[in-house]
Amino acid sequence: MTPIKTLGLGTALVTSLMLSTVTASVAETRIAVVAKDIGNGFFVAAGKGAEEAAKEIGDTSIIFTGPTEPTAEGQIEVINALIAQKVDAIVISANDPDALVPALQKAKQRGIVVVSFDSGVAPEGRDVQLDPSSVDLIGKTIIKLAADHLPDGKGKIAFLSGTATATNQNAWLAAAKTHYGDFPGVEVVATVYGDDLFDKSYREAQGLISTHPDLAAISAPTTVGIVAAAQAVTDAGKIGKINVTGLALPSEMAAHIKSGASKSFAIWNPIDLGYSATMIANNLIKGNAKAEPGAEISIGRVGKITLDDNRSAAMSDPFTYDASNIDQFSSIF
Amino acid sequence: MKALLKQREFWLLAVIVAAMWLVSLRSPGFIQPASLANILNDTSILIMLALGQMVVILTRSIDLSMAANLALSGMVVALLNIAFPGLPIPVLVLTAAVFGTLLGAFNGLLVWKLNIPPIVVTLGTLTIYRGMIFVIAGGSWVNAHQMTDAFKALPRGSFGGISLLSWFAILVVGLFYLLMTRTPLGRSFYATGINPTAATYVGIDVGRTRFIAFCVSGMVSGVAGYLWIARYAVAYVDVAGGFELTIIAACVIGGISIAGGIGSVAGAVLGAIFLGVVNNALPVVNISPFWQMAISGLAILLAVIFNARTERKRGRIILKQAEHAA
Repeated sequence: MTPIKTLGLGTALVTSLMLSTVTASVAETRIAVVAKDIGNGFFVAAGKGAEEAAKEIGDTSIIFTGPTEPTAEGQIEVINALIAQKVDAIVISANDPDALVPALQKAKQRGIVVVSFDSGVAPEGRDVQLDPSSVDLIGKTIIKLAADHLPDGKGKIAFLSGTATATNQNAWLAAAKTHYGDFPGVEVVATVYGDDLFDKSYREAQGLISTHPDLAAISAPTTVGIVAAAQAVTDAGKIGKINVTGLALPSEMAAHIKSGASKSFAIWNPIDLGYSATMIANNLIKGNAKAEPGAEISIGRVGKITLDDNRSAAMSDPFTYDASNIDQFSSIF
Repeated sequence: MKALLKQREFWLLAVIVAAMWLVSLRSPGFIQPASLANILNDTSILIMLALGQMVVILTRSIDLSMAANLALSGMVVALLNIAFPGLPIPVLVLTAAVFGTLLGAFNGLLVWKLNIPPIVVTLGTLTIYRGMIFVIAGGSWVNAHQMTDAFKALPRGSFGGISLLSWFAILVVGLFYLLMTRTPLGRSFYATGINPTAATYVGIDVGRTRFIAFCVSGMVSGVAGYLWIARYAVAYVDVAGGFELTIIAACVIGGISIAGGIGSVAGAVLGAIFLGVVNNALPVVNISPFWQMAISGLAILLAVIFNARTERKRGRIILKQAEHAA
C-alpha cells in the first residue's frame, strides 16, 4: 500500500468517525410499532412499512414489538415497558379500544406521541387514529366482492367473521348491511363466527356448506376465516360453485386463487399502513403538524390525510387482488 | 345387561346418540353417512390427542403443552417440507413423531428428575414451545402454496368411505387399547395413578412411568402436528391455540379422573367424539355464538359432576371392633 493511499484511507476513517459522532450527538427519534400480536403476518408487513418510513425520515429507529397473544393485557405490559424506555412515539393497533386508554394516557403525559392504526383506541387514549380505509368502504367492499362473481349478480351469500365481539369486523358487517340495497340480487343468508381459530372457522364454513346447499359465495372479513373457508370449500369439492372472498393477505391466499376456490379478495396494503402511521407519528414529534380536528398531515408517498372531529382519518381504498396480480404481491406480504 | 348399564362409557354413548338424534330433528342431513364420516374426520386429531393426554392424566400428571407441541412439531415439518420438497412423507411423519417425543421427554425429565409438579412444568414448556415457533418461522405463516401436494394429500386420501385421517385415528385407538390392556407398561400407568406408594412397593418406578407417559403424549402430539398442518394446509404461531383445554375436556367428559388411576381408552375416545359432535352440530343448528361457548362449558361441567358422583366410593370402616373398644 502506497503512503498516499494509506493517508487517503486514514482521512476517510477519521471523517467517518467524525460523521458517526455527529450522528450520535443528534438525538435519534425512536418510534415503537406495537402489533396486536407479533406472530401476525399483517403486522410484520406493517413493521416493514414503518422501517421504510424510518429510512426516508432518517435518524429514526423503529422498535417493532407486541404481545405473543392478541390480548389487551399483553399490550398494556408492552406499553409500560416502552414508557420506561422513553420512546418518542407509540404506533399501535389495539386489541381493545378502551382497556389500553389508561396506559396510553400515561404515555401521553410523558410527552410520547400516540398514533393508533388498524384497530383504533378511544380518542382520549391517542393523538391520531389512522384507519386503513373507511369502515363504510370496507363494508361495501366485502359485499361487492361476493356480488362481483355471482352469475347474473344473483345468489345467496354468507359472512364468516372472527369473534362475535371483534370491534372492526362488527363495524364492517354493519356497514355492509347499509349497502344491501345496492346489490338487489344478493341474499345474505347467514353470518357465522369462527373466532379467528382455524379449526372452528373451518367447521363453521362446513356448516354453511351443508345447511345452504345453494350457497354461491362466502365472504370472510378476517384472514383466518377466509383461508379456512377456502380450504373447506376445496375439501368439499365445491370449487366453482362457492366463491370464497373477503379480506386476506395475498401470500395466504395464493394457493386458493390458483385453485379457483377464491376468484378475488381485497386488503389495504399493510406496508403502506405501517409507513403512513410512522409518517404521522414523525410529523407530530417534529411539530410539523398538530393532532386537532381538521388538521392536514402529510403521509409521504401515500399522500395526505385530513383529521375528522375524532382526530381520525382514512388512508385509502382497499385494494383488490386476483389471478392477475397475486404472484406479484404474494411474495411481498 | 346390568353391568353394561353401570358403565359410564355406555351412558356417554347413549348421550352422544341422543344428541345426534336431537340435532337431526332440526337438520336431517346431520346423520347422513357423509356427514358422520365428516364428524369422524374432524374429531380424529382430538381422539388421538385425548388418548395421549389420558395416559398422562392416569399417572396423576397433566400435559398442558400438547397443543403447543403439536403446533411446533407441525411447523418444523412444514418448514422441512419447504426446505426439502423431495423428502418422502413417511420420513416427515417419523420426524414429527420423534420431534414430538423429544419435546414430551423434556417435560417428562423435568417431572421425573427435578420433581417439579407437571402442571407447572407443562405450563412453562407450553409458552416455550409456542415461542420457539415464532423464532423458527420468524413470525410468518407457512401457506398452502408453499407446501408440496403430497404433504397436503395424506390426511385427505380416502379408503372405504372414510378419510385416511380417520383410519389413522382408528389405528392409534387400536394401539392404545393394546398398550393399556395387554402390556405391563399399560398396567403400570394405572398402578402409578391409583396408588404411587403401592406401585413403588411392587417394583414400578413411578417417576420413570410418568416420564414414559409424557413421551407418549409428546409422540402423539408430534404426529398430530403433521396431520393438523397437512389437513388445514396452513402453519402459524397460533395453530391449535387453546386446544390443550379441549383435549383435557375430552378426557374429563370421557370419565378419566383428574386425580389419576381411573379411565379407559373407550372413555377418552367417546369424550372426544362427544365434543366433536357438539362442535359440528352447533354451526348446523344455527345457535348464537355466545350460547355455543356456554353450551360447551355446560357439557364439561355436567360431566365433571357426574364423575364426582360415580367416583365417590363409600368409605370402608376397618377395625370397627377396635373403635368400639376404645
